[in-house]
Amino acid sequence: MAKLIGKQLLKFIALMFAVSVVVFFLVGLSPIDPVQANVGQAAYAALSPEKKAELATYWGTNLPIWERYLNWLLAALQGDWGISLRFNQPVTAVLAQRAGNTLLLMLVAWLLSGVIGLFMGIVAGMKKGSGFDAFVKGYCFVLASTPTFWFGLIMLMIFAVWLGWFPLGFSVPIGKSAADVTLADTLYHLILPAATLSIVGVANIALHTREKTIDVMESDYIRFAQARGMSRWQALRTHGLRNLLLPAITLQCASISEIFGGSVLVEQVFSYPGLGQAAVTAGIGGDAALLVGIAMVSAVIVFGGNLLANILYRVVDPRIRQGGDAL
Amino acid sequence: MTNEEIKQALGAAPTGHEHHDHKNRAFVFHSPLKVKTGNRKKSLIVSVLCLVALVLIAVVGALLMTQASATDLSVKNQAPSLSHLFGTDQLGRDMFLRTVSGLSTSIGIGLIAAAVSSVIALVLGSAAALGGKKIDTFVTWLIDLMMSVPHIVLLILISFALGKGFIGVTVGVAITHWPSLCRVVRAEVLQVKQSRYVAVARQMGQSSVQIALRHILPAVFPQLLVGLILLFPHAILHEAAITFLGFGLPPEMPAIGVILSEAMSHLSMGAWWLAFFPGLALVGVVMLFDVAGQCIRSLVDPHQAQR
Repeated sequence: MAKLIGKQLLKFIALMFAVSVVVFFLVGLSPIDPVQANVGQAAYAALSPEKKAELATYWGTNLPIWERYLNWLLAALQGDWGISLRFNQPVTAVLAQRAGNTLLLMLVAWLLSGVIGLFMGIVAGMKKGSGFDAFVKGYCFVLASTPTFWFGLIMLMIFAVWLGWFPLGFSVPIGKSAADVTLADTLYHLILPAATLSIVGVANIALHTREKTIDVMESDYIRFAQARGMSRWQALRTHGLRNLLLPAITLQCASISEIFGGSVLVEQVFSYPGLGQAAVTAGIGGDAALLVGIAMVSAVIVFGGNLLANILYRVVDPRIRQGGDAL
Repeated sequence: MTNEEIKQALGAAPTGHEHHDHKNRAFVFHSPLKVKTGNRKKSLIVSVLCLVALVLIAVVGALLMTQASATDLSVKNQAPSLSHLFGTDQLGRDMFLRTVSGLSTSIGIGLIAAAVSSVIALVLGSAAALGGKKIDTFVTWLIDLMMSVPHIVLLILISFALGKGFIGVTVGVAITHWPSLCRVVRAEVLQVKQSRYVAVARQMGQSSVQIALRHILPAVFPQLLVGLILLFPHAILHEAAITFLGFGLPPEMPAIGVILSEAMSHLSMGAWWLAFFPGLALVGVVMLFDVAGQCIRSLVDPHQAQR
């Protein structure tokens, strides 16, 4: 076990290193002038060339990219991820504030889409050929082609503009300081984004579970269970469910990357102050340090999802545990 | 024999399972799965129709580009009517024309993405399968690296690196969609490599290049074609998303992402048509590609499709 953990840790470090190199070079490649982005358009025009050069030296933007990367890496390893220009705070502070919001949104959407998708898939698979089955298939087919952000816009239109049940954005009510926000406020503002993400995210897992349910119900062990006098649903509950759950859990863990992508869009639509919205602000505003930080955090989240899938696989499926599949 | 006749003939044959209808299902513990037989003619017609519709949208949209951005302030902010099917926006632009042009742009970018991605996937996939262990490890690692950052974040980074705009989004969408297709190609080539006929060809003294061109490429091609068509929906949705976020196509270009991000600021004023119809049209186009892809899959790979 210790060996496996060590292996994962090494993999993680190697991956993070590679990601940081790629991300840093992509951001460094940008034609957006860091000095100009730092001081702003108007002030930049007023600066003398000497002052510009001085600022460039001060921020180290005239160094070759390798040196900049090494400087950044050394500082980052010590916990200094630079200063975010747009938010006027250390990058780590911005990340810490926003990661919580995003993780909460992702967690709710992840759980909801997983549970609802699993349920829909099982019922559709059990009642193959029924009206409900046709509905689930059609629903998933359409939803798989629907852009998340458009669906979010429609939700916003119906529930916030027409019905007026929800505010038009912001996870904190206007006129309240962050400290006064109650849990109820946060949850209230979470409902629409989370619902959007969950409704769109259901498609994949529902279709997959449906197929798997049909497979399982055709298997010998279910036939034997029925021969012993169990009903189909009983047989499903006692023998089929575990077999259904395994691939569903893995699939759901692997979809964390997609859920993060969806949350970027949904946060933008609902002005939900999470990492995704910060990434967009940083990208538009030329805030390179923050962009690098967010990309790194997103890579950590995706890695966490894959790791969770591997661990759950080993925990729940004895065949893989014994087969010694790489953790 | 027509299909009906075949069905009748099959139905008349004693299968031993005639009593397995829905009513007394409870008494049947294990009825065999009905094999779904696809109708090749129907698949062919449907896929051709989808592709024709898509080409039509692309061509018409491209022709209407200039008209789509024509402003007419006398008819601004109009709800959908017969003269303006999708309504008009705050500058009096006809939303239907804008939408069709936007879809045309999307299909164009999807085309570039599909072409570039399939070449990358083919080259890297076959290199991984044929080039020995080191190359295989490297390609697998590269795929893992590509997938280790959420796709949208990667697109934002690439777009940022290239200074946003048309180039940023096109390059970003084009060079990030190959990993899944690459995996398919790699698996397929690995399988073909171990087949008898490749071994025989090698014994007969054919060179590696000959084997690759004559035996492996034709075997991989159907999968590649299907993968390529099914790649369009992803590429189009990503293009629209990244444009919507403000990293993609510039505001003066007709694009669904631009339309929807503009619509967002007019939503509170009740201009629902600005967001509703263009998005719905996008869903329609993506579904057309999906249906075409599925149909072509059932045509070139009936085994897989009928499982």
